[in-house]
Amino acid sequence: MATVVAVIASTHHPFYYRASTSTGPDRPPFADEWVRKITAFRETLTRARPDVLVMVGSDHFHQLWLDNMPQFLVGKAPFYDANWYNEEREFGLPRMKLRGQEDLSAHVLRAGLDAGFDLAFSNELRIDHSITCPIITLRPDADLPVVPVYTNIFAPPLPQPKRFVQLGQAIRQIVESWPSDLRVAIVGTGHLSLELGGPRQFGPHGPDPEFDRRAVEWIANGDLDGCLAEVTLDSLHAPGNATHGFMDFMLMMGVAGAGAKADYVDSLDLFHTMEAYFTWYPNGVPEVGA
Amino acid sequence: MSRYLVDKFLYTVDRDPELVERYREDPRGTVAWWESERANDLLNCHSGEASTWLRFADDERDALSTHDYVRLFELGAHPFLTLTLFIAMFERDYEEPLGFQKQYAERLSGFTLPYPDIAT
Repeated sequence: MATVVAVIASTHHPFYYRASTSTGPDRPPFADEWVRKITAFRETLTRARPDVLVMVGSDHFHQLWLDNMPQFLVGKAPFYDANWYNEEREFGLPRMKLRGQEDLSAHVLRAGLDAGFDLAFSNELRIDHSITCPIITLRPDADLPVVPVYTNIFAPPLPQPKRFVQLGQAIRQIVESWPSDLRVAIVGTGHLSLELGGPRQFGPHGPDPEFDRRAVEWIANGDLDGCLAEVTLDSLHAPGNATHGFMDFMLMMGVAGAGAKADYVDSLDLFHTMEAYFTWYPNGVPEVGA
Repeated sequence: MSRYLVDKFLYTVDRDPELVERYREDPRGTVAWWESERANDLLNCHSGEASTWLRFADDERDALSTHDYVRLFELGAHPFLTLTLFIAMFERDYEEPLGFQKQYAERLSGFTLPYPDIAT
């Protein structure tokens, strides 16, 4: 069976690409520290030596629209074109193309449906920055095949937080039951407190540093009970109007498992939102250079 | 109320570079043209099929026609769609980095929780 060699949860900040590649007066003062942190975070994936990436993210009204909105969707295609005109326009993101891993996509869909998750699927999916940002930060060569999993954290009515956790738990089991000898990393991105298009947007920090502090603690300690006891669809409005993206972190806590302490934890307090990076190694921390 | 249609306007304009410019330069004319010619397009579907019933409420049409993003927030337009499109149209007019985004936040500062419902 396949092995889950790393579970990674991260914020996805679309400004990283531009900040990290800009030079001279265009380079923001926080860029060097950000690049250092990302480079260290990248190493946590590299040393796990993955063959395949399951990538959990959320479409930002690009291909998925209100006339036909899935709650959870799995891509099954040989290739995924990536990034969109408005992401190029606003964030300077490059157009990309990722290879798919259709056998694993098919397995996730079949086993997910059989486990009670009525997953939607797409055979022609152009993915956006929720998945390409972690490719840029964690695997910039974009050389591994992927299975994209999209969640709806964006267009209410949304699934309950516990459903994200349950899907994460199911994805872990499903990947581990894939008849393959490949090494799989499961990577998902979301947000801590975040406000977009509201009065608390683009402040000097994230809109709710106290929520961010507690969220990092929940994730780092695998404290699913504590997190689920406090986080509801209603409560997530308080830290910022885009904070429902935190449910993708909850999904990744489900993947990592209840009580699983992260092997790597880092964060970076930026204007606008806090960055946070977590890695779990289900089979122990791999040796460097192994 | 046709919150969905307001979101559909923001979404379809935002993804078309020519429409972004046209809406910036002529908001009233673009909204009128879009409501008459595009509002009923079925998006992710075969071309040639259309709906028959979609139109703006007067306050929605007025808010879009005057670039009034504060009013759009109040009406429950999806804040991500409004922000993204308005950044595309107006960020260029500000010298300071994030100048437009900060002014946008300031103009919305009268809103407190709970914010207007955005469900469609």
